[in-house]
Amino acid sequence: MTYLAKPKLHHPSLTRNKLGYTRRDYEGAISTLCAGCGHDSISAAIIQACYELDLPPHRIAKLSGIGCSSKTPTYFLGNSHGFNTVHGRMPSVLTGANLANRELIYLGVSGDGDSASIGLGQFAHVMRRGVNMTYIVENNGVYGLTKGQFSATSDRGSKSKRGAINADEAIDLVGLAMQLGATYIGRSFSGDKEQLVPLIQGAILHQGAAFIDVISPCVAFNNHEGSTKSYDYVREHNEAVNNLDVIKFRDEITTSYAPGTLQEVRQHDGSILRLRKLHETYDPTDRIAAMNHLHESSANHEIATGLLFVDGEPSDLHAAANTVDTPLNMLDNSALIPGSTALAKLNASLR
Amino acid sequence: MSKYAIEAVNDFVIKFANVNGSGSASANTLFAKSILRMGVPVSPRNIFPSNIQGLPTWYEVRVTEDGYLARRGGCDFMVAMNPQTWDKDVAEIESGGYLFYDSTRQMPQSKFRTDVHVIGIPLTEIVNAAYTDPRQRQLFKNIIYVGALSALLDVEVAVLEQLIAEQYKGKEKLLAPNIAALHMGRDYAITHLNCNIGLKVKRADNVGDRIFVEGNSAAALGAVYGGATVAAWYPITPSSSLAEAFAKHCKKFRTAEDGKAKYAIVQAEDELASIGMVIGAAWNGARAFTATSGPGISLMQEFLGLAYFAEIPSVIFDVQRAGPSTGMPTRTQQSDVLSCAYASHGDTKHVLLFPEDPYESFKFGAEAFNLADRLQTPIFVMLDLDIGMNERLCKPFDWDDTQQMDRGKVMTAEDLDAGKDFGRYLDVDGDGIPYRTYPGTHPTKGSYFTRGTSRDRYARYTEDGDAYVDNMRRLLRKFETAKDIVPKPITTKAAHATRYGVIYYGSTSPALHEALDILNEAGLHLDAMRVRAFPFCDEVLDFIHVHDEVFVVEQNRDAQLRTLLINEGAVNPAVVTPVLHYDGTPITARFIVSEISERLKTLHIAPLHTVHAIPTKRIGQEIK
Repeated sequence: MTYLAKPKLHHPSLTRNKLGYTRRDYEGAISTLCAGCGHDSISAAIIQACYELDLPPHRIAKLSGIGCSSKTPTYFLGNSHGFNTVHGRMPSVLTGANLANRELIYLGVSGDGDSASIGLGQFAHVMRRGVNMTYIVENNGVYGLTKGQFSATSDRGSKSKRGAINADEAIDLVGLAMQLGATYIGRSFSGDKEQLVPLIQGAILHQGAAFIDVISPCVAFNNHEGSTKSYDYVREHNEAVNNLDVIKFRDEITTSYAPGTLQEVRQHDGSILRLRKLHETYDPTDRIAAMNHLHESSANHEIATGLLFVDGEPSDLHAAANTVDTPLNMLDNSALIPGSTALAKLNASLR
Repeated sequence: MSKYAIEAVNDFVIKFANVNGSGSASANTLFAKSILRMGVPVSPRNIFPSNIQGLPTWYEVRVTEDGYLARRGGCDFMVAMNPQTWDKDVAEIESGGYLFYDSTRQMPQSKFRTDVHVIGIPLTEIVNAAYTDPRQRQLFKNIIYVGALSALLDVEVAVLEQLIAEQYKGKEKLLAPNIAALHMGRDYAITHLNCNIGLKVKRADNVGDRIFVEGNSAAALGAVYGGATVAAWYPITPSSSLAEAFAKHCKKFRTAEDGKAKYAIVQAEDELASIGMVIGAAWNGARAFTATSGPGISLMQEFLGLAYFAEIPSVIFDVQRAGPSTGMPTRTQQSDVLSCAYASHGDTKHVLLFPEDPYESFKFGAEAFNLADRLQTPIFVMLDLDIGMNERLCKPFDWDDTQQMDRGKVMTAEDLDAGKDFGRYLDVDGDGIPYRTYPGTHPTKGSYFTRGTSRDRYARYTEDGDAYVDNMRRLLRKFETAKDIVPKPITTKAAHATRYGVIYYGSTSPALHEALDILNEAGLHLDAMRVRAFPFCDEVLDFIHVHDEVFVVEQNRDAQLRTLLINEGAVNPAVVTPVLHYDGTPITARFIVSEISERLKTLHIAPLHTVHAIPTKRIGQEIK
C-alpha cells in the first residue's frame, strides 16, 4: 500500500496502441492492497491485456463482489464504469448488465470467499447460463479483509497462519466450471504474467462464459510454510499444460515447432488461440479428457495451469434468449411500447 | 324443510366447491363470464389451498347488479362437487339458501340441512351414460352442471354458447361436444327439476365498457408499456403468473420481424439473483423488474439496500400473501408494507405504490418505470393475491400515445463533451436527484465506480463522516421530491360534514366503498381517503388533521400503514384507529361496517337507522 498520489503527467515517449491509448490510459487509482499482494499483479495483467488488445477502455464494464479481490477494479481501467456489488452476488448483477447491453465487454472480478463460499450458487448459475464474460477469481485460499480465516478453496490439511489445520475438502472452481459448461477455462498464477496475460486476452475475445482461476498468494495471511497457496508452494507444484499466444488475426507461423507440439483453436470472433503444448497428450478442446487430467493432477498434488478447456464455437445467454442485435438499453419508445390501438384490441378480448 | 328461500335478482353469492385438477376452473369461469355478458357485474374469487391436485378448491362468484366487487361473505347457492368438504360447504350456506349436488349416490338425511333448499342432479350417472373415457366424464361433468345452472338461474343459453364458441375458436373439434354437454345439463334441469327458484340472473346494462382481467396480467402488461426489457424472477405464489404473463405479452407485442426478442426474461436461481439481475440491467440503462412475494422480499433485503444507496432504478412487483414465513401462501394479505417501506439494513426508505385493481396495476406498473428512472431508486408496486390472481371487473386499459418514457437525469456523451460537470452524487438541481451516465457513454469522461460503500459527490470512495451525512441528507431530499410525483391520494367526501374519516389502500377498495354506502344509509358519515403511494404527500396528513378520528383499514395484523403514518407523518396514534382484517380471506364490507359501527357506538355516535350489512330485501318467498 502506498499513500503517494499517482502522477498525472504521462511520459511523452510512452507507446500508444492502435487506438492511440498508452498503457496508462488503462490504469486506475493507486492500489490500497498490501505491498506484494498477488492481486496487484493480476490488475497489472488485466491492464496489459486490454492495452495490447487495443480495447476502448470505456467499452468494458468491470464488476466485482466484496473482498480484497473485489476492491481491485478501482485499481485498473479508470475510464470504465465499475460496480462493486454485494458479497457473492456479482454474477447476477453482471448477468443483468450483460442482458441490458450485449455490446460491452464484461469483466467480473471475484475472490475465493466471494465465489466459492457465499457466492457459490451464483457462480454455478452464471456458468451454466453461458453469460458472455471474463470471470476472474483471484484465489488466495483465505479471507484477507477479515484477517486470515480459511476460505472454501483452502486445501484439506493446509495450515493457517495461526497454525490451525483445515479439515474441510477444497472446492475446485475450475472443476465446477468444467462441469457446469463454461466454454473457456484457464488457471494461472499471479506470479506468472507471461502465462496470465494471454489467458486473459483469450478470455476477453471468447464469446461465451470464460473463467480464469488465478492463484494469488496473500502475503499477509497465507504465504507461510504449510500453506498450499503460498508463492513457494505454487511455484513448486505448478504444472502448466500449455503456453498460449493469442492472435487477433491469423498471421504466418514463423517459428518452427516440433510436430505435434502446436495446437490452434479458432475462436468465433476470428481470433486464434495458439497453444504450445507442454503436456504431450493434453487436448484443451476435449472437456471430458480435461476433467480427467484435472483429477489426476490434483491427486498428485500438482496444480494444472494454462488454457485447460476451450470451445471455439460457444453459445451464450443472448443466443438462448434470442434477443435482438440492438442492445436492449437502446430500444426506444417505438420499439418497446405497443400503443393505444393494440391496447384497445386487447381490451376487446377481455370482455 | 326450510321455511324461507332466499330471493334475489342479480344479487347473490354462488360458490363452487371442487377438487383441484378436475378441470372445473374453465367451466366456472365460463359461468361467471356468461353473467357478465348479460350486463350484470360479477366478482369471482379463487379460494385454493397450496397444492396442485386432489385437494379442495373453491370458486366464489358474487353476482352484483349494484357493482359491489368485494367479497360479500356467506353463500346463497352452493355447488357442492367435493365430498371431502361437504359438511363445511353445507354449513356455510345462508339460511334459506340453495344446495346443488350430485345426487347419483344416495346421501343420508343427516347430511342435509332443513333450512336449505336442496337441488340434486345425478351428474355422475349422466356422464357415465354419455361418455366412456374417464377424463371426458370428468371434464364434461363440469360443463353439464353449468348447463343445469343456466336453467335454474335463467342464464341465457345463447350467451354460454357464444362464450364456448370463442373459447374453442380454432379448435372446432372440441366445440360441438362442449355445446352438447351444456345442453345435456340444461335439458335435464328443465325436464327433471323445479327451476322456479328464488335466485335469478336478469339481463341488465351495468357492465359498460369494463374489462375482466387478473391483476398480475395487468401489471405485466404495465411493464410492457412501461418499456421494461429485462425481467428476472423466481417462482413464488402468488406472483409467478405475473412473470409468466409478461412472457406472454412480450411474445405478442415485443417480437421483432425477424422473430427475435426485444426483451429478455431469466428465471433466476433464487430471489437474490433475480434482484441482482434487475440491478445490473438497470445500472446498465435497461428498464428492469422482478416479481415476487413476501419471502422473496426478505431474501432481497441486502440488494435493496445497495439499490437505495447506489441509486439504481429498479421495479419490484410484490404480490403479497399471508406471512410470516410461508404463512398461508395461497391467501391474501397486505402484510409487506413495512418490510418494503424500510427494506434493508441501515437507513433506507422506499417508494411504494398501492394499486386498487387491475386497471391501476397496469397504470402503476407502467408508471413505476418512469418513477424509478426519475428518482433513481427501487419502486415497489404492492399488489396482493386478491388483486393479482382473480379476474376483476375494471376500467379498460388506456394509453396516451404522445407519452414518452421518462428516463430521468441521464448525462449523454454530448453533455459531457459540452463540459457539463458530472458528479454521480452531485445534487445539481436541488431536488436530491443526481445525474447518471450509462456505462460505455464516453471514452474519457463520465465513467464512475458504483459501490455500496460511502463516497463523495463525485463517487470517490471516502469514509469521511461529513461526506456520508451529506449524501444521506441528499437521499432524504430525494425522498421529499418523491412525495410530489407519486400518485396522489383520492378523497371521497361524506354526504354530510363529519368529524370521522377512514383511510384505506389497495385491494380493500371495493369493500370499503360498499361499507361506506351501508354506513351512509344508516346515517353514519365518514370522509374517505384512498392512499395510493408512500411517501405520503401533505394531503394525507392534512386529511388526518382535519378529522377527530380516522380509521385505517388494512389487511394485516400489525396496522402497518398506520405505523408508517405515525412514524413518517408524526401523527398522534390516538387519532388513528386500526381496523384490521387478516385471516387470509379478502376483507368484506360486512367486516368493515361492523368494526366501524361498533367503535362509533362506543363513542355514542348512534346511527339514524339500523345498520344492515345484509340488505333485508333478500329474504323472501316461502318455499312450497
